Amino acid sequence: MAPSDILPDILFYLFAALTLLCGVLVVANPFSRNPVTSAMFLVLTIISMAGLFVLLHAFFLAAVQIIVYAGAVIVLFLFVIMLLDLKEEQRRKIKLFGAGAGLVSVGVIMTISLKALRATQPGANLPAPQIEGGTDALGKLLFTQYVLPFEVVSILLLVAMVGVILLSKKDLK
Amino acid sequence: MHVGLEHYLTVSFLLFGLGLLGVIMRRNLLVIYMSLELMLNAANLALVSFSRFNNNLNGQILVFFIITVAAAEVAVGLALIVALYRKRQSAHVEDLTSMKL
Repeated sequence: MAPSDILPDILFYLFAALTLLCGVLVVANPFSRNPVTSAMFLVLTIISMAGLFVLLHAFFLAAVQIIVYAGAVIVLFLFVIMLLDLKEEQRRKIKLFGAGAGLVSVGVIMTISLKALRATQPGANLPAPQIEGGTDALGKLLFTQYVLPFEVVSILLLVAMVGVILLSKKDLK
Repeated sequence: MHVGLEHYLTVSFLLFGLGLLGVIMRRNLLVIYMSLELMLNAANLALVSFSRFNNNLNGQILVFFIITVAAAEVAVGLALIVALYRKRQSAHVEDLTSMKL
């Protein structure tokens, strides 16, 4: 195997491990229950996931992921965390029953789906991947075949903006 | 072994499970919301890898729309959480058990 074949595989394992590790720390950080820590690890999860997108040749989506999620969504989260007074969170205990039930149900779902993945092998007989998710290819598709959903999404963003302004008014009717 | 579709799908499944675990286990509304984002991202990863290995760009277009809608959804959801916090002085699901304010 040439080094140029091995490098993407090494990078995949690196980014996948980073994504999962930071995902664990978002959900269940043993050192801190502070939502700010969770938000920071969410940023790291999203950035390493953008690395996975680059490995899948989805360059445009990797950029959008970093700009929209790491740039806008997390900043919004941090603003709201600082608006609310969340010092109380650290004092409360996690309920043992809820945690146990969650672990069992998620464990069952994960076992079933991973077993199904192993049994069906969806990627076994596929041809070599060739597509490139660059800006030009995606933009062409977005403005020809998917132009109607694109316009609908712009209206959705307008509606969301108006809704948020209405919801953040002091006297909510 | 060469990294293929199964590897990416495994990562996506595990990330989805983590998000689900956060939604079930955590009691803070904001952390639950972040776990929801994690689940959305897991779905995005699955879609992008399917798109790549099936030589079809439509999956990436869908991910583009999911990211847009998720951004709008986060803005509205966080505004709701702030409005709720103003009424109840709490962002804890155990304090928010009744529908009527």
